[in-house]
Order: sequence, then structure tokens, then C-alpha cells
Amino acid sequence: MQNSGIRVLFEGSNFERLLGGLLVTIEIAFISIIIGVVLGTIMGLLRTLNSRPLKAILRLYLEAFRIIPILVWLYVVHFGFSPLLGIDIDGEVTAILVFSLWGAAEIGDIVRGGLESLPRHQLESGKALGLGTRQLYRYILIPQAVRRMLPGAINLATRMVKTTSLVVLIGVIEVVKIGQQIIELGVIKAPTASFWVYGFIFILYFLVCYPLSRLSKRAERRWQN
Amino acid sequence: MMVYIFGGRVGVHMQLNWEFMIESLPLYGAAMWLTFKLAFWGILFSLLIGLVFSVILYYKVKVVSSVILAYVELSRNTPLLVQLFFLYYGLPKVGVHLSETACAIIGLTFLGGSYMTEAFRSGIEAVGRTQIESGLSIGLSKVQLARYVILPQAFAISIPSLGANVIFLLKETSIVGAIALMDLMNVAKDLIGMYYKTAESLLLLVLAYLVMVLPLSLVLSWVERKVRYAEFGD
Repeated sequence: MQNSGIRVLFEGSNFERLLGGLLVTIEIAFISIIIGVVLGTIMGLLRTLNSRPLKAILRLYLEAFRIIPILVWLYVVHFGFSPLLGIDIDGEVTAILVFSLWGAAEIGDIVRGGLESLPRHQLESGKALGLGTRQLYRYILIPQAVRRMLPGAINLATRMVKTTSLVVLIGVIEVVKIGQQIIELGVIKAPTASFWVYGFIFILYFLVCYPLSRLSKRAERRWQN
Repeated sequence: MMVYIFGGRVGVHMQLNWEFMIESLPLYGAAMWLTFKLAFWGILFSLLIGLVFSVILYYKVKVVSSVILAYVELSRNTPLLVQLFFLYYGLPKVGVHLSETACAIIGLTFLGGSYMTEAFRSGIEAVGRTQIESGLSIGLSKVQLARYVILPQAFAISIPSLGANVIFLLKETSIVGAIALMDLMNVAKDLIGMYYKTAESLLLLVLAYLVMVLPLSLVLSWVERKVRYAEFGD
């Protein structure tokens, strides 16, 4: 019985299909992180400027993602925006939109934290040398801040890959959905399939996230001191 | 709010139906209560596991420590959704049948346990060596040292990260709808499906989470400030 269950993973193209599904989630995470880093860097820089209203708005934006679960935002865009705009927004696009905005908020906070944690004398020495604001950021602040930000950013990437598993709930065909299809197809021939398929997906996620979180820990030890 | 953002034709359709919202409040209330119960048990068990496991890790108990470290990595590097699906759909195939509620609590505990372990552990590690050595030099036993010197200080140090984990787990309960529990997500989804009151249902959904998480988040930042004061003040 149990043998027939595990065999389901390797029947036909099931194995490749599951990996392909995993790729869909990774792709969503990857694109979102890239967009998030670009937007987030801008937001982080803006948050270090001395503008109270700007700071307040960006802080509010961050808290919106910290307080309301990502799944709720996925639902809001998926169920709310499509009928509102009268167009059908693809699940993957919805996911990338929400994850990018979330990523931007978190990266923005990491960038702000990185910049603010730099010793004041770095900034003041730069000024004493006669560097302008742009030069100050370009040559002094950003290079040093990037090192401090890397562990947090990689950590966010891990969280994002894990969170992309939620996109199945807004109808994206990814690894969990393909797993469900395989289970449904084999419901008579391999009744124990769901144990093996979900177990396998569990391991797949681990194999992607574990190296990332190791990397983050190593970066932390190396650069944060 | 969205009325003004998108304007025009859309604005007409976006009139919020207050009557509908008030009528659906009890449904949201029930779902919030469910979320609260699941989160309460999940968080409580996670804290217990975290406390026990971090002490075991601190004393470097052979074999058990390695198992705990493996668990921490497994739990932290996999999504709750997949953990829940495995518990709910996978385990019955090998003879383990659990109710939806049990799955949700076990899933939250499996996830939260590792986060709490890490939080307590970093707290314990942050207790100064001089504290421990002073304790030993005035003749405290290992148990006394843990009870009176290490744990109280470790706990104070870990409060911010413990609090962050509590909020994290509370938010993670939004996923339990995937295993057929009538939580906030499913209430909203059902109302949208049945009455097509999309804006109202989603607004209530966002508000429900805001009501649950915002006070907690405010309390946490207040506690954090107090703890920081306790650390640096007299």
C-alpha cells in the first residue's frame, strides 16, 4: 500500500511537474524581491531624510504589512481589485504585486535600519571632507550599510519563498496545486499518495529555504560585528 | 476609500452597504473567536516548547539537543500551509486522524515552537558571563543559577522577540482556513461568493485583523521600551 503511494511521485512526469510547480513559487518570490529591493531602497533612503510627513506615511505603509497578514492582502487584491477595475487579474500577477509591495516595505525598513546604525562619525567625517549629500550616500553610507543589511535581506527572501506557498489559495498553479492534481488523479490507484506528495513538497521547501537561512546566518556572523 | 481612488463609474458600485456589514458582524465575531482560541493554544504550547527546548539546548544535552536543532531547522524552513496540508490530508493515510482544530493547533505549535526556542535561546545566551560566574562564586547550584540568575534575565531580554513571535503566530492563523476551518478568511470568501458584497466583506476582514493585531503590537512596543529602560536605567 505505502509503496504504491510513494511511487506516485515518480510516475509519468509527476516529479518534473512538481519541480516545475516549485519553480513557479520561486519565480514569484524572485521577481518580487528584485522589485522590492528597488522600491525598498528608495523608501529606506526617504525614511532617513528629515521629513516628518514622509516618515509617517512610510511608517504607516510598513505597519500595514506588519499588522495585516499577507494572505489578507492577497485576498484584497484577488477578490477586490479584479471586479473593481473590471479586468481579470492573473493570480500570479496579484501575487507579484502583493509580494513586491510587502518586500518594498520590509526592505525599506532594513535599509533605514542599516543607514541609521552607521556610526555618526562616518557621516561627519564625510562632511568634513566636503562631500555632498549624494557623494556621502554613494561612497560612505551605502557601501557600509549594504553589509549590515544583507543578513536581513536574505532572511526576508527565505520568508518570502515560504509565504509564496499561499498563492495556491488564490488559484495559482504552483507546487501545492500540482500536488493536489496528482493526488486526485491517483485517488483509486494510490490512496496513500497525499502522505507522500505533501511530505515531498515539505522536503522541497526545506531544500530551498535551508541554504538561504544558513547563508543569512553566516552573513550575520561575518558582517554584523 | 477606494471610491475616490478609482472614481468615475466604479464609484457608484462602491457604495458601502452598512446594513450588510452590521448584519455580518456576528459571523466575523465568531471567526475572530476561533482565531483567538487557536492562536491562544498554539502560542501557549509554543512558549512551553520554546522554554523547555532552549534550556535543553543551553545544557547541551547529548542526542536530544541534536534532535531539537534538526526540528528547529525543519520547522523554520517550511511553510505553515504545507505543514498543515501534511497533517490534515497526509497523516490520515497512515492511520493518524486529527480534527481540523487539532491540526491547526499542532501546526501552529510545530511552527511556533522553533521560533520561541530561538527567542529564548538568544535571551539565555545574552546573559553576561559575569552574571553566571558571580552566581557560581556565591555558591548557587545549577538549578538555583538557572532559576534566579539566568532565566529571569533571559526572559527580560527575550521579551521583544517573544512578542514579535506572538504577533507572527496570530497572523499565521489566517492560513487555517485552508484546512476547512471557518476562520476570518473563509467567512470573507463565503460572503463574497454568496452576496457579491466584495468591498464590505474585505473591509471587515482587514478591520478584524486590525482589531486583533494592532493593540497587541502597540502593547509590545510599549513593553519593549520598558524593557530597554530596565536594561539601561537604574
